[in-house]
Amino acid sequence: MGNKSSKELLEEIEKSELSVKERLEIPQIEMPCQDPAIRRTNQKEVATGYSETDVKVEAARCLNCKAAPCVKGCPVGINIPGFISKAAEGKFEESLQIIKESSLLPAVCGRVCPQELQCMAYCTVGKKYKDPMKSVAIGRIERFVADYEQSTGKTQVPECAKDSGKKIAIIGSGPASLSAAADLGKLGHKVTIFEAFPKAGGVMLYGIPEFRLPKAIVNAEVETLKKMGINFEFNFLIGRTRTIEDLMKKDGYNAVFIGVGAGLPKFMNLPGENLIGVFSANEYLTRANLMKAYDRGNVDTPIYNSQKVAVIGGGNVAMDAARMALRLGAEEVNIIYRRTRLEMPARAEEVEHAEEEGINFLFLTNPIEIKGDDNGKVNSVVFQKYELGDLDESGRRSPVPIEGETTELEMDTVIMALGNIANPLITKTTPDLEINKRGNIVVDEENRTSVKGVYAGGDIVLGAATVILAMGEGRKAAKTIHKDLGM
Amino acid sequence: MNIILEKKKLSEQVYMMKFSAPLIAEKHKAGQFLIIQLNKDTGERIPLTIADSDKENGTITIIFQTVGKTTMELAELNPNDYIENVIGPLGEPTHISKNGTVVCVGGGIGVAPLHPIIQAFKTAGNKVISIIGARNKDLLILEDEISKWSDEVIICTDDGSAGIKALVTEPLKQLCEQGGIDEAVAIGPPIMMKFCAETTRPFKVKTTVSLNTIMVDGTGMCGGCRVTVGGETKFVCVDGPEFDGHLVDFDNMMLRHKSYTEQEKTAKDKHVCNLDKKIKEIQS
Ligand SMILES: Cc1cc2nc3c(=O)[nH]c(=O)nc-3n(C[C@H](O)[C@H](O)[C@H](O)COP(=O)(O)OP(=O)(O)OC[C@H]3O[C@@H](n4cnc5c(N)ncnc54)[C@H](O)[C@@H]3O)c2cc1C
Ligand SMILES: Cc1cc2nc3c(=O)[nH]c(=O)nc-3n(C[C@H](O)[C@H](O)[C@H](O)COP(=O)(O)OP(=O)(O)OC[C@H]3O[C@@H](n4cnc5c(N)ncnc54)[C@H](O)[C@@H]3O)c2cc1C
Ligand code: SF4
Ligand code: SF4
Ligand code: FES
Repeated sequence: MGNKSSKELLEEIEKSELSVKERLEIPQIEMPCQDPAIRRTNQKEVATGYSETDVKVEAARCLNCKAAPCVKGCPVGINIPGFISKAAEGKFEESLQIIKESSLLPAVCGRVCPQELQCMAYCTVGKKYKDPMKSVAIGRIERFVADYEQSTGKTQVPECAKDSGKKIAIIGSGPASLSAAADLGKLGHKVTIFEAFPKAGGVMLYGIPEFRLPKAIVNAEVETLKKMGINFEFNFLIGRTRTIEDLMKKDGYNAVFIGVGAGLPKFMNLPGENLIGVFSANEYLTRANLMKAYDRGNVDTPIYNSQKVAVIGGGNVAMDAARMALRLGAEEVNIIYRRTRLEMPARAEEVEHAEEEGINFLFLTNPIEIKGDDNGKVNSVVFQKYELGDLDESGRRSPVPIEGETTELEMDTVIMALGNIANPLITKTTPDLEINKRGNIVVDEENRTSVKGVYAGGDIVLGAATVILAMGEGRKAAKTIHKDLGM
Repeated sequence: MNIILEKKKLSEQVYMMKFSAPLIAEKHKAGQFLIIQLNKDTGERIPLTIADSDKENGTITIIFQTVGKTTMELAELNPNDYIENVIGPLGEPTHISKNGTVVCVGGGIGVAPLHPIIQAFKTAGNKVISIIGARNKDLLILEDEISKWSDEVIICTDDGSAGIKALVTEPLKQLCEQGGIDEAVAIGPPIMMKFCAETTRPFKVKTTVSLNTIMVDGTGMCGGCRVTVGGETKFVCVDGPEFDGHLVDFDNMMLRHKSYTEQEKTAKDKHVCNLDKKIKEIQS
């Protein structure tokens, strides 16, 4: 079916019932995107989204497999063939209802899930092509039906059961917390979310940039929660403004859910790491996203003027920081990764987009020293070259330094995007809360912590993970809380 | 929440503000601070020490110097206005113990954060000698409050317009030489804290300093506030703000402070221009 437009394809598809072979021949519909040369100068969303025609064609690629292997790959087990077949028929509202049985944030997950490692990794179509990137574009269809509801302005506010008389405190407002709050609210509990920042959304707001996840989407979800009667307390740091003990003993909360994420940035302890011009990706992205430093004329938060940038790391955080630096006017942005492209944990689509935008990738390379000028500003970085050695415990080939092979490159900015570890504030101020070696909170299979009435989920339990996993954990914890309250 | 109850101009550029924040007042201990953001969409987040708290009435007092855009805007607020975003109390409290004789050194606006610490040391049963310094008489703040809680007060000004004409390090050195000093606390401009630490170092008097790095979140999330202490990286907002002055790399900290100097100046100039415009509008 080669180089046909989706309109032509749809006409052919609608002519007659398709055989499996015919479905397999439909090419995957590409995601329409802003032109790389233009988008690298703005903060608008890169992927502009499928049209109705695109969605119907892409949905027609689904074979409606009886065993639905794709569902196994989705951490929250969305009925994928179910929602896709409704989308194929153009019944987008029904399609969304099917997704909402399992996921509360389809507009977010459709955009940011690492689909090629999750649902798409198991899809029969992709298996046939021996390439998960050629699977049915499940996330793109999911995104379309979620956006469709928002575009019609008919977002439904879920009904809440009658007041249960129980008060529940939720700490943090990332995906784990928002989904726990939604489920508990629906069950009739009085829910209050305590958030340290003045805005809700967690990493979806201050980490993942606007050009990948428009903030309006996150805000719309938060507004729905507010309409359900969920209460938000902003500028409220649990562990300082109030402790978990206070919430339970003084303020009368019957249960507490901890969804505080993994908020502590990792550094490498390199010489020169505290020079001016070295940032954690968290700081760089928070200044840019949450505090809108890109809007230079209107906002007070300053951001560093960079020309030559080195971003250290190979995950989504590194891609986001690099692409943000480009959009803030850097001339040259380099992603420095210790292993090779194959081992990079970032979403495949983001790596592609970063490349199209002109970001350089230096593989098998890692910094060993950052050098500065007399004013303490970064002016160069010394890198060590690596080669791939044997498999390590993560099942990836581990990088081994090649003795004596170093290079020094001129740089004025270094952004450390090495991932995040658990922030100790809550655990330090909550006696008896069990944590593991890495500082993550230990929970049982139903998300109970070692303290009675206290539950946890998301990155603070899993270590840095994904939005969909965090959401799944929040929902699981909500179920347990409801059960433990004797409801 | 955060409704302003009282505002006072203490000197040319220094203001005191008391506002309602009962939860923060309930938890506040000496040495802790707040982060204030005047507009959640466009404002910068700035740290300010809690200069005093009243747990019964649920109020917090801050004392700040107008140095840039945000502090200038804060100074334009009046009683019955709200401070939009306030988070706190942040940071680890000062470690206060009964230790004998404690010298508390405050320079410029640093006298404000020193005040609750002096109170706490005195209440814990220590002998407190306070040294407060300013460029000139008009810039001295909280003289009476400090005197009330100290056994002895030494005032220093650069021009001799009040107290003795000296830098705070001079009386500090004399006290160390006389002996009998068990502990020192120094809060003020980085350069002052650096030299206080250098002064006490040969006498092996434990010296605590309170660092005022640039901050974003104040919760340990961004690492923007990091400093090198004893060769290790520490986050001022969660590990501090107080550290052993003999271990702090002040030179690096002072350089990091200048990270955004150009942008800050632009924001301030713009603000001042707008103010001038407003004044002209009112006058014409
Ligand atoms: C730059 C970046 C890009 C990413 N890209 C992707 C992606 O493409 N796809 C994907 O699936 N995942 C991605 N992730 C990971 C994903 O965002 C996280 O796994 C997810 O957000 C974790 O959710 P959470 O609910 O556990 O916590 P978070 O989203 O981390 O939210 C925690 C919230 O708790 C608040 N908080 C913390 N401590 C306290 C306290 N003591 N009191 C009150 N409030 C507190 C914080 O301010 C924050 O708002 C990315 C992460 C980053 C940083
Ligand atoms: C823990 C802590 C406690 C503090 N307590 C007080 C206090 O009680 N009273 C008070 O007046 N100030 C205090 N400061 C300093 C205060 O935060 C800054 O003066 C403020 O951020 C300046 O904001 P601005 O927008 O008005 O000025 P900006 O435009 O941001 O800066 C103007 C000038 O001030 C300097 N500056 C910027 N940030 C700081 C900083 N963090 N410390 C010192 N100078 C800075 C800049 O280099 C520049 O020269 C404290 C800082 C910290 C970290
Ligand atoms: S939520 Fe994520 S993993 Fe599940 S179907 Fe949607 S895109 Fe796939
Ligand atoms: S595995 Fe692929 S083709 Fe089969 S039902 Fe799932 S999405 Fe459709
Ligand atoms: S201010 Fe962000 S970590 Fe300290």
